[in-house]
Amino acid sequence: MFLKDYISDVVNGVSSLLKGMRKTGYYFTHSKEIITEQYPDNRATLKLADRFKGEVVMPHDENNEHTCTGCTACELACPNGTIKIITKFDITPEGKKKKAIDAFIYRLEMCTLCNLCVAACPSDAIKMAPNFEHSVFDRSKLTKILNKPGSKIKEGIE
Amino acid sequence: MLSLESITKTIQDWLLTKFSPQIALTLECVIVILLAITLFAMLGLVLVLLERKVAARIQIRLGPNRVGPGGIFQTAADTLKLIMKEGLTPDSADKFLFNLAPFVVMMVAMLLLAPIAFAKNFQIWDINIGVLYISSVSSLSVIGILMAGWASNNKYSLLGAMRSGAQIVSYELSAGFAVLTIVVLTGSLQISEIVAAQENGWWLFKGHIPVIIAFVLYIIAVTAETNRAPFDLAEAESELTAGFHTEYSGMKFALFFLAEYINIFIVCAIGATLFLGGWMPLHIGHWESFNHIMDYIPSSIWFMGKTFFLIFVIMWFRWTFPRLRVDQLLNLEWKYLLPISLFNLLLVTVIAIMGWYF
Repeated sequence: MFLKDYISDVVNGVSSLLKGMRKTGYYFTHSKEIITEQYPDNRATLKLADRFKGEVVMPHDENNEHTCTGCTACELACPNGTIKIITKFDITPEGKKKKAIDAFIYRLEMCTLCNLCVAACPSDAIKMAPNFEHSVFDRSKLTKILNKPGSKIKEGIE
Repeated sequence: MLSLESITKTIQDWLLTKFSPQIALTLECVIVILLAITLFAMLGLVLVLLERKVAARIQIRLGPNRVGPGGIFQTAADTLKLIMKEGLTPDSADKFLFNLAPFVVMMVAMLLLAPIAFAKNFQIWDINIGVLYISSVSSLSVIGILMAGWASNNKYSLLGAMRSGAQIVSYELSAGFAVLTIVVLTGSLQISEIVAAQENGWWLFKGHIPVIIAFVLYIIAVTAETNRAPFDLAEAESELTAGFHTEYSGMKFALFFLAEYINIFIVCAIGATLFLGGWMPLHIGHWESFNHIMDYIPSSIWFMGKTFFLIFVIMWFRWTFPRLRVDQLLNLEWKYLLPISLFNLLLVTVIAIMGWYF
């Protein structure tokens, strides 16, 4: 049936075009859909997506405690040597020696924000933060020590 | 009531009291030329801004919003930039044709302005073959594009111009048939008579099914004729850099750009005149009081409103549909649009003879 195919071709074509036009027409008439961020103007109220990866940070709780055990899994996972962990041995009250981090050195200038270190961490000590205003006048400022001074590992994390 | 008709009449009377009829006519021509150029410049600025805003909204963006409140001076700033840029002519180009081409394209656009009725009795030239004049002159624009493509001595330009030629020649046919539909129903080629015939309802409503089909065909065909997406194969920036105007820069490029938008305005104005009643307000049959209220809105606003509605529809197409391939483009015309418009013309002829329209 040539004629039937011809007509159904035309009808299908027109209906698919109208479907597209309905979508764009919806976007045209609904200004709440606009996703443009007028960045320097709305800096105070800027909202970034949860999955945005800006830099690696180490969260500390109110007692200045983190959960990093110094296992160096992140250092091993990093493909370009961004992370360097210097460990030390703390003496526990029982007189035993316990491994802990002295400095978690993170070189932002070399980091590709690939998230492999965060995925490798067994104790969720590090995560990605949505900061992106990283420009500084001195390159050495991009080498950061992530554990805060005087911080120690949280109780019960091995 | 102050209307464009009374203004033109006052000016003409004043000119005839001061000067002899020949000089008055010459002065009127000068005024018309100045008005046409002003209209062109304004349209260029407004339509480019409108397009950018529509595109932004459709793509969930904000669009230009830095130059002036809401970005309304963006296109004026762009024009200033283009005026200050160098109009380069390539060494190996055919210099005469290369420099002539933008003006040919603009001239065609200007010629098409002549028979358009902008408001009640406000028309540059009401010739009795208005529709024929429009369909014949509008096909001349392909010469300007071919000239630009050939004279540029550039493979992209030439390919773009060739595609444009094939496209315009093909789509002229279905545009012409769509226009003929209205000519059959009205029985006249004169623009003012076509508008007058729509006093008790626009053809789109009076002519029901065949006119609606013709309207859709007309919109598709003129989108192709003005080289706009989804039929922008002549430019196709991802394939041919910029198509026929690859080598143009500065004000010569701006003329091509302007001509594109002027052409959109003109085809939409013609579409509005033929299918949506031109400057005729929305009249429904014998609803006298309703018709009377509609008459209070000035005819120029009706005309501009309808034209800008059609322009919006064509912009909507551009930012929704993907570009066709050359073979798809020609298939669409020769296998679909042309047979449908031929059949539609037959249908409308039967309807006109039997009087089966409102």
